[in-house]
Amino acid sequence: MSVKRDSFSLSFAVGAYGTAFGAASVTAHFTVLQSCLLSMLTFSGASQFAVIGVLGAGGSAISGIATATLLGSRNALYGLRMAPILRVRGLKRIVAAQVTIDESTAIATAQKDEADQVTGFWHTGFGVFVFWNIFTLLGALGAKAIGNPSAWGLDAAVPAAFIGLVWPRLVDRKSRLIAGAAVVLSLALVPIAPAGVPIITTAVLAIIVGWRA
Amino acid sequence: MSPQWIAVIGTSALAFTLKYLGHSVPASWLSHPRIQRINTLIPIVLLTALVSVNAVTTKTKIVFDHRMAGLSVAIIALLLKAPFPVIVAGAAVGSAIAYHFNY
Repeated sequence: MSVKRDSFSLSFAVGAYGTAFGAASVTAHFTVLQSCLLSMLTFSGASQFAVIGVLGAGGSAISGIATATLLGSRNALYGLRMAPILRVRGLKRIVAAQVTIDESTAIATAQKDEADQVTGFWHTGFGVFVFWNIFTLLGALGAKAIGNPSAWGLDAAVPAAFIGLVWPRLVDRKSRLIAGAAVVLSLALVPIAPAGVPIITTAVLAIIVGWRA
Repeated sequence: MSPQWIAVIGTSALAFTLKYLGHSVPASWLSHPRIQRINTLIPIVLLTALVSVNAVTTKTKIVFDHRMAGLSVAIIALLLKAPFPVIVAGAAVGSAIAYHFNY
């Protein structure tokens, strides 16, 4: 069945990015255990990179949590989309919620047949979960073995991961303009605001622009 | 408890709450066009701010160093439509080379 094959190959490809997360997380002074717990419990790539990115740049736990949580808000909308398709309750709903991410929702909503939508969601959700966690552990152990992260370029891998995540979203003039404004605002705040604050403050731009149309 | 532990627990608890909320609240609560628009823009601004802060700042100073070489490689890789692992690995290689030449 092709939906299962698609789910598997996407899961493996996406899961492999876990290596980058594990390495980045250890570089940002999280332990191997903390890195693995983030992949298991937070299980949302952009949010995970955000929390280690904010704390790694010297930000407080609160600003790290707030940035990661704002980035995770899209998962609520995915859940909203998946709920009428999955129709699950109790423990199964808890499991479904945990594996509600970009990829599981994308594969599911790309299927025409309703049974395929359900299969695609679960296979991709579990597939990414398994590979993401395996590769996080490998990346974290690898970075720990390496020593000086700068010598291996790992300090540049973090902004590179973020630019890789944001690039596909810069689809039109408006998104590029607001991204440019976010660069200016965050860097202008760096010398005057506590670490972490320059990042979360850019959310105001999204709210102002999104509010008006 | 270290800030890292607080961050791990807090981020995970709130990430799950958001996911579970989506599966549990009536559709009308989150389907307002304004919420949809803001939700599309939030990742753009936060991820872009994370790029700039992690690429060109050290503590409270703006610093252009070896990381810029890595970021430039990443941007070239993106323009060439390279897959994500190539982007990240390419940035690491570019930055490591610049680091060894003392930039």
